[in-house]
Amino acid sequence: METGKISLLNGILRKKSSAHLVWILFLIPALLVYSIFMAFPLFQSIRLSFFTGKGLRPDNFVGFDNYVSLFTDPVLSVRFYNALRNTFIFFGIHMFVQNTLGLLFASFLASKFKGHSVYRTIIFMPTTLSTLVIGFIWTLILNPQWGALNKILTAVHLDSLIRPWLGDTQIALPIISLISSWQWVSLPTMMFVAALFTVSDEIVESAMIDGASNAAIFWRFKIPLILPVIGIVSVLTFVGNFTAFDIIFAMATHRGEPMYSTDLLGTFFYRTAIAGEHPVAEPNMGVGAALATVTFLLLLTGVLTWLFLSRKQRLEANR
Amino acid sequence: MKPSLPYKIVTYVVLTLWALIVIFPLWTLMVNSFKPKRDIFKDPFSLPTEVTVDGYLNAWTDSNFSFYFRNSFFITTVSLFLILFLGSIAAYSIAKWRSKIPGLFYIYFIAGLMIPLRLGTINLLQTIKAMGLLDTVFSLIPVYVAMGLPIAVFVLTDFIRALPDELFEAAKIDGANRFGIYLKIVIPLIRPALSTVAIFNLIPIWNDLWFPLIFIRTEDQRTLILGISLLFGQYQSNWTYILSALAISAVPVLVLYLAFAKQFIKGLTAGAVKG
Repeated sequence: METGKISLLNGILRKKSSAHLVWILFLIPALLVYSIFMAFPLFQSIRLSFFTGKGLRPDNFVGFDNYVSLFTDPVLSVRFYNALRNTFIFFGIHMFVQNTLGLLFASFLASKFKGHSVYRTIIFMPTTLSTLVIGFIWTLILNPQWGALNKILTAVHLDSLIRPWLGDTQIALPIISLISSWQWVSLPTMMFVAALFTVSDEIVESAMIDGASNAAIFWRFKIPLILPVIGIVSVLTFVGNFTAFDIIFAMATHRGEPMYSTDLLGTFFYRTAIAGEHPVAEPNMGVGAALATVTFLLLLTGVLTWLFLSRKQRLEANR
Repeated sequence: MKPSLPYKIVTYVVLTLWALIVIFPLWTLMVNSFKPKRDIFKDPFSLPTEVTVDGYLNAWTDSNFSFYFRNSFFITTVSLFLILFLGSIAAYSIAKWRSKIPGLFYIYFIAGLMIPLRLGTINLLQTIKAMGLLDTVFSLIPVYVAMGLPIAVFVLTDFIRALPDELFEAAKIDGANRFGIYLKIVIPLIRPALSTVAIFNLIPIWNDLWFPLIFIRTEDQRTLILGISLLFGQYQSNWTYILSALAISAVPVLVLYLAFAKQFIKGLTAGAVKG
């Protein structure tokens, strides 16, 4: 008994000095990998945006020149503003589809009914597949030579709607945005379902007993729960869309065809930094890094706006 | 509240319509991958009248899809194991180390949730090249582990914090050292959270195109998705082959998903909400 106590005391004393060390040892592997392969490259990218030079390690300091050419160079800036505008259109379509369809599906799925989980499983299916594979399948279906979609339209006497779906500069981007939204609509749906579930049946029932109408219940209880989810969906979509690449690569090549009409910041970044812009197939890493930094700042603005708004909303809700 | 009949009808109509829109491309992919080319063009939606597995044989044996498949499998399993191991042991430290230091590291990790690593690609390329890993499957593993750690630390720290301290005290009195406690107490208790983290990372790692496209050229180092990305250039006219190759990449994920649909939906949604 006595010796047991002493050895326990010794153990504690010994551990006290080595306790910190053990905890640090537990943290170090994760810290190293995360720092070397995530934090460091992101910071270095900002530094690199002030340099120019050929090859993999530009070492010629040029101040803000890369940014200046990105914003004003007659060729580069046209591509940049085009990609920026397209990215906002891409984002806008996602926001519209995901929030309307997501909320619609969620309002159905929030109540239990026969087949409930089958529908949920189906809605989620495209989300688990590779965007590249999804893009290729749809490209085949929209392919005018095969014309799988066109055959359906003809069958239902809507042949007048037939277009060169991916060949028309006016509609290629909306089509691709819709397909991407089709793939990702499951996530907002499930988030809305989770939000709607938190309105307990008792609250709703007691409100109904008090004479509240369905509309009143919707505005009083559901909207305050849905708004923050719309916020999260927006910010997640924003972050995802501003580096989107795969779907454009699959359906319109990395040049955002036709005529750069589907070029996004992600594909533009790939060309400037990695593949090289046509016709000079040589990457410009400095400008690429400047573009990455601008994208980063845009994301940061978006995320901070969301944090600010959601904080404000929470404070108001608590008042 | 009992939903009214018209509401129920609308529910079924809308959801069934959407289900058809979801299944239509997958159906088209699957049935046509078993048809000879002329039937694909003649009748793209019916079941095959003449079944052929040439496309699959072609993809699996004549070209290198079995190789690509093995590479993807290797990269995904090793990356997931490392994310779970490094992430959980770091989360344990952050959750139970009574000091101000881990809080700072926590914020440092969480910051990575909102920043897509793609923006650091150029410098990552430099680092990978300097390490001599460029153009090998090993170039992708550290990148995926770094990408997965923020969500792992975030989800697991929360989970471990909620475990009662008495458990740890009792184990300590029994003479277990800290790594022993991690193995025997922490790991079994956080299994549900580990599966959430694994599922959340599995999908983007298996499906990633960006980093293989930039890091890898050599044929025998390619991942499945990188192999798929080159299909259209190489086999433009062989539709049976293209569709079979697409199916080979899609089916394993689909089967895994359908077998564990509940866990997948929970994992992907929870991860996204936390992100």
